[in-house]
Amino acid sequence: MFANDMLDRARKLLATVDAEPTERSIGAGIACAPVRLWHWVNAAAILMLSVTGYVIGTGTPAMSGEASGNFLFGYIRFAHFSAGYVLSIGFLLRIYWALIGNAHAMQIFWVPLWRKCFWREVYHEIRWYAFLTVEPERRVGHNRLAQLAMFFMFTQTITFMVVTGFALYGQGAGTDSWQYKLFGWVFSIWPNSQDVHTWHHLGLWVIVAFALVHIYAVVREHSRRAGASLL
Amino acid sequence: MGGATETFYSVIRRQGMTRRSFHKFCSLTAASLGLGPLAASSIANALETKPRVPVIWLHGLECTCCSESFIRSAHPLIKDVLLSMISLDYDDTIMAAAGHQAEAILEETRAKHKGMYVLAVEGNPPLNEGGMFCIDGGKPFIEKLRSMAEEAMAIIAWGTCASWGCVQAAKPNPTGAVPIDKVITNKPIIKVPGCPPIAEVMSGLVTFITTFGKLPELDRQGRPSMFYSERIHDKCYRRSHFDAGQFVEQWDDKYARKGYCLYKMGCKGPTTYNACSALRWNGGVSFPIQSGHGCFGCSEDGFWDKGSFYDRLTTIRQFGIEENADQIGMAAAGVVGLTVAAHAAVTAVKRLTHKPDRAAQKSKPS
Repeated sequence: MFANDMLDRARKLLATVDAEPTERSIGAGIACAPVRLWHWVNAAAILMLSVTGYVIGTGTPAMSGEASGNFLFGYIRFAHFSAGYVLSIGFLLRIYWALIGNAHAMQIFWVPLWRKCFWREVYHEIRWYAFLTVEPERRVGHNRLAQLAMFFMFTQTITFMVVTGFALYGQGAGTDSWQYKLFGWVFSIWPNSQDVHTWHHLGLWVIVAFALVHIYAVVREHSRRAGASLL
Repeated sequence: MGGATETFYSVIRRQGMTRRSFHKFCSLTAASLGLGPLAASSIANALETKPRVPVIWLHGLECTCCSESFIRSAHPLIKDVLLSMISLDYDDTIMAAAGHQAEAILEETRAKHKGMYVLAVEGNPPLNEGGMFCIDGGKPFIEKLRSMAEEAMAIIAWGTCASWGCVQAAKPNPTGAVPIDKVITNKPIIKVPGCPPIAEVMSGLVTFITTFGKLPELDRQGRPSMFYSERIHDKCYRRSHFDAGQFVEQWDDKYARKGYCLYKMGCKGPTTYNACSALRWNGGVSFPIQSGHGCFGCSEDGFWDKGSFYDRLTTIRQFGIEENADQIGMAAAGVVGLTVAAHAAVTAVKRLTHKPDRAAQKSKPS
């Protein structure tokens, strides 16, 4: 029943998105306050996680003095785990908001890959970015290409990072911790957690690549039309 | 070694050991297993009443390091385990019988102790060419393993070979060696990984099974939780240096002499479940990290195939490349960055050359 309701709702929301006037500029109240807030909290968490995660992967230069007088790596790991919690809780709230918020809040979770017009718009958008056409397809919210990138590079990767992150955290927290009980199944897929570390590490670089494109696309859009907001 | 109906207690009494020494042994064993104060008496009771458990010890593709480790057990002493606690009916490395006489024991145990004996497997079976890469007693080892596993109560997978595959299953694995849980799927298998496993872990497990007549609690990977529930890292005595951010940079630098954390030298302690940092080796003398060398992660799945033992990041071999996650990621980010820069440049040029478009756009209401 719930799934059906969800589907109906999603269809209605998509219809709303499709019906949006395409000549409106991006900034006109599309990204509502909760999404904006989430976006920047999330961005800060990702920045923190990326930097600390990279340092955790490579190690710090040796600190001088006694071990009892230093806790650098401990603090770095603490920052990583705290930011991880912020990101995870934010992500859960974001999913909740996608279910109750406006149509655009759903976009990064719901990609209608089975619809023909979706692919037509993607094609148009590729042509636009390839300088083959003058006008972009869609002015409101994410365009279809951005939606694809959002879903496959951001939403999927973040989900993967949260799951593997908690699984790895569960190893340190102990096999009787809730993190291990909830996410320990990851080690049924990769029995050696070294592999999970490697995948988690590759996930960082997917996020970095995504962030580069994301920031570029936003800045480009912003400079193209003075009215566009930076979310 | 044939008759296995006598109890542990009757055997040691016959050997001239006093009841006092017997109880001493029981309390020592209880302590080494980390059991409560009442456990000593239940161990004593079990050893007085239960018949000794017959153990069949098979050797597949392996290097015998598990046996080498096992015979060095100090708590309990290996002579106690072998001569008194279990009835080691068959172990081609250390038994006196040979040839047809030895092989007859297998059939006898299978018939006489149906569903009662423990099958300990050291090494693993190769499957390619019909299992011809490991011939044991004139037949492929896989056949012997299957037939003995059929009637066993439980199976112990000694070492990383039997548990995960180890070196003979490392890429490209020409003999098709597989861990035993890939071929025996209908019996409980206790994995005791390690190359080799710690002697006290092996004898401790045997003591547990013979004492309580049941298998210990196993974790998600089928390893006994009492020895494999924590990583080397969790109990490492150099952990404080890890948290402090004090790492060895070179094997001969002053940090190495100071005994800093070996994380940057590729120590696999943070990803390895084993009891080395708690029990240590050779009667608690030392373990690799204490001797100044990082952990290899020898008790983990596929530890031979993760690149150098001295690299922090795993070598990734897919798509014909041999790089680590950072090298791949930075290359990908570099490509994306260059693409973005190129795209930005083209955009700028386009805008300069299409000024009329911009003017037209500006005139539109926005």
